[in-house]
Formats: sequence, structure tokens, C-alpha cells
Amino acid sequence: MTCAQTISDYGLRAIGLGERALPRADITLCEQVVLIGSGLIWNVYFAVIALGLGFFLASSIAFARNSSNPFVWRPAAFFIFVIRGSPLFIQFFLLYEAFVLLPKLGFDINLGFVEVTIETRWLTRAWLGATIVLFLNTTAYTAQIFYGALRSVPKGEIEAGKAIGMTKSQINKRIIWPTMLRLSWASYTNEAIFLLHATALVFFSSFPAWRQQGDALYFASYFADKTFNPFVPYPIIAGYFIVLTLIVIFIFGWFNRRLNRHISKNH
Amino acid sequence: MNFYFSFLVVFSLLAICVPFILLFGFTGALARRSRIAPFRWFGLAYTSMVRGIPDIIFFLFVPIALDQGIEYLRHHAKCPEWTEPIRQGNDFVVCAAAKMPLGPSPQWVHETYGFFLAALAFAIVFGAFAANTLHGALAAVPKNQLETGAAFGMSQKQIFWRIHLPQMWVYALPGLSNLWMILIKATPLLFLLGVEDIVYWARELGGSKTERFAYPHGDWRLGYFLVLLVFYLLLSWVSEHVFARLNLKMSKGLATIGGQA
Repeated sequence: MTCAQTISDYGLRAIGLGERALPRADITLCEQVVLIGSGLIWNVYFAVIALGLGFFLASSIAFARNSSNPFVWRPAAFFIFVIRGSPLFIQFFLLYEAFVLLPKLGFDINLGFVEVTIETRWLTRAWLGATIVLFLNTTAYTAQIFYGALRSVPKGEIEAGKAIGMTKSQINKRIIWPTMLRLSWASYTNEAIFLLHATALVFFSSFPAWRQQGDALYFASYFADKTFNPFVPYPIIAGYFIVLTLIVIFIFGWFNRRLNRHISKNH
Repeated sequence: MNFYFSFLVVFSLLAICVPFILLFGFTGALARRSRIAPFRWFGLAYTSMVRGIPDIIFFLFVPIALDQGIEYLRHHAKCPEWTEPIRQGNDFVVCAAAKMPLGPSPQWVHETYGFFLAALAFAIVFGAFAANTLHGALAAVPKNQLETGAAFGMSQKQIFWRIHLPQMWVYALPGLSNLWMILIKATPLLFLLGVEDIVYWARELGGSKTERFAYPHGDWRLGYFLVLLVFYLLLSWVSEHVFARLNLKMSKGLATIGGQA
């Protein structure tokens, strides 16, 4: 079988397209590279959704944490403490078990004119359940980073905003929020990289890979088990992750330059 | 009973890892500062690899790679007359005398050996993180402190041991405490390496039907995992306070924001 054939068979295997059966005997290097690469689709999917949604919730939780109303900041602080204080691995297990115990069939929500059925069994599937866990996890870490930056927004900038007659929400939106992002961007880049790496845990923790549609690490360990040779699949997946990490650093670096474009380069 | 014992496994992993992490960390940090280029490249590669590659991949890779590496070396040392190749298709074949640990040794030897391989994998990964932190801390010590030492006529060695190293700790502490937190949260990954730790027992005892027994109770895994969650929360809460205390103590006599208070 040529390598082009392998790519068309297994290139999208991780999302269920192409050949059903995984290679069992006489595994070639090409098959390993292609299948592990196709598993990467999942890692990118988890990272993009969790980071994208987590960014907005984290911003609001950071503001909530900074609030002076104890009914607002205490829950925010508690959420951050629980998620940051416990291992992601345990969170995966815990929420998976919780999702499994939920009624299997789903709830019927009657909205008066239309009935919406929420299927809870999707929660036990990785594409939704694991995304929720990763989303909550990155939200808490990012909120803490943003909160730290929020505390160090210079007072003078806020007073300048007041002086030119900005309303409170204008100050929040146009001064505090952008400055907070600018100050925290380096740490946020780190968090994004950590989250990307955490996506490798999904199919390794409790979420079963449905029809062997797993992520990159799922296929890598599959090959390591089958060939009993860790020296091929793990370096392949390591290479893939290095490339992904460099892409993250590049994208975040571009955004960082955008955030800092008003700051003179001489400083 | 095994469940309680497994908490000890977690603590012993932490206890065994920490000295090795510091050792690897110092080696890495010093290698990165070395004047000899190959050492420097090695240090740079070692400290950057953990940034690009998920730690879980190391945890999976290092124990198998070490195990096969050791068996390969022992194979060459003990059975030189063996002519067949070691890699036969999908199998890794070494002679019986080179098996590590030896085939007939009791179960606990196998488990301990596996545990130590896992601990070594942890030490290698977190050593790289520590090397990053220590490298930064070594660079953060103000230059004029070292120059003062030189002005007193201290040798390079004296400057390093008496000025550079003691002062470095203050700068390293925040990074190291962060690392400790990450290390605590990485311990449940032991389960993936086949060590019978708390996660393993929580699944075994919590499930109503496992590979070994069918328990009369229902699915208690949720409860067991909640206990683990609380355990980890307590652990990180306690560590946070200890580090805050330590930081206060370390900053004494230093003209920093923490030290003046």
C-alpha cells in the first residue's frame, strides 16, 4: 500500500471517515504518521473550543472576583480555588462519572410552544463532556491570571478615563479590559500551551474513544502497544505537539504585538 | 485497606521525586549556563522540550524506553552468544537472564520496579521545569552582588557557593512553589503508568463490578472521586500556606517588597 493510499484511508480516521479497521500487523511508518496526525484533529478541536469559550467566561469571572460584593466575589473565588486546587485528571474522572449517572435518556424541556429534548448521553461522549471539563479548567486558570493582571492596572489610567467623562462601563470596556489583557498576555500564552498539552489526557482518562476515534495520544499508545516499540510513535506525536506549540506561540505573539502596538518600542 | 495505603504511595512518590527533581534541575540550569557549547545546547534542549511536548507523553514514553534500554544493555552483557535479533517484528525479545526484573521474582518486586521507573519519568519531566526556574533565578541575582564578591578577592567557586546560590533561592521560590503545585496535581497520572495508586483503588472499590470482584453496592465511584478531590484540595491548600510562610522567612533581610514588610 502506498503512502498516498494510506493518507486517503486514514487521514480523517479520527473523525470516522475512511477505513474502519485500524492497521494490526506490519505497521508502516507512514501509517503511524498519518493516524497520529489525524488524531491531532481532536486535540486542536478541544483546545480551540475550550480556549475560545473559556476566554470570555474567564474575563467575566476575573471581574466578578474583583467585585466588592461578597455574594459575587466569593463564588468566583471558590470556583477558582476548587478547579485550580485539584488535578485535571481527577476532574475528568469525576465529571465523567457524574455524567454517566445522569438519566440516560434526556430531559424534555417544555418551552410552551416547542419541546426541546436535551440528550444527556452526549455528555458522556468526549466531544461534549471532555470539552466541558477542559473549558471549566482553562476558565479557572485564566480567570486567576486575568484577576492578577486586573489588580495591577494603573490607577492613573482609570482616573484619566474618569477625567474625560467616561462612564463606568466605558472605563471597564475601553481601559481596564484591554490593559488587563495586555498585562496578562504572556501568562495567558503559557496557559494556552498547557491546555493544548492537557487535551492529550482526554481519551487517556475516562472518556472512551468511540469506535476507536481517538486523539493523537490514543493512536500513539495504540501503536506503542501493538509494535511494542515506543521509539517510533512517541517521537512522532512529540514532533506534532512541538509544531502545534510553535503555532500557538506564533498566534499569541502576533496578538501580543497588536495589544502593545501603542507602546513605543524605545522603552 | 489498600485504598488507604495508596495515599502513602502518592506521598512516597512526592518524597522520592523532589530530591531528583532538584538534582536534575540544577544540572540542567548549570548546563545551560555552561561555557562549553555542547553542554549549553544540551541544557537548552532539555529545558525547552517540556514546553513543546505534553508531559503525559513523557510519562508514557520514559518508563518503556528505560525498561527496554536496560534490558537491551543487560542482554548484551549477559547473553553474548544470543544471535537472534532483539526486535522480531512486533516483539521485543531478550534472553531470560536479561529480563528486568527477573521473571520468577515476586509480584512486589515487579510493582516496585514499575514504581521507580514512573518516579524517574516524573523526575525527568519536572527536573526540566525546575531547570527553567533555577536558570531564571540564577540570572535574577543582581550582578553587583557578585561583583562585590569579586572585589573582596573571592574565587569563582566562593562567589558561587557563598553569594550566588544563597541569594538565588529567594528568586527561585515562587517558581518552585508553583512547580510543587503542578507536581501534586500530576500525581494521579501514576495510575496511567500501571501503579496501583489512589485513582486505581477509587475505581476498583467504587465500581459495583470490577475485574476481580462483584461488590454488593452500586456505583460509588462518584463518591470516591469526590473524596480524592477533597484530598487534593486540602493538599494544595496546606502547601499554599506553607509556601507563603517560607517566602516570608526567606525574604528577611532582603530589600524587596516582600522583605521590607
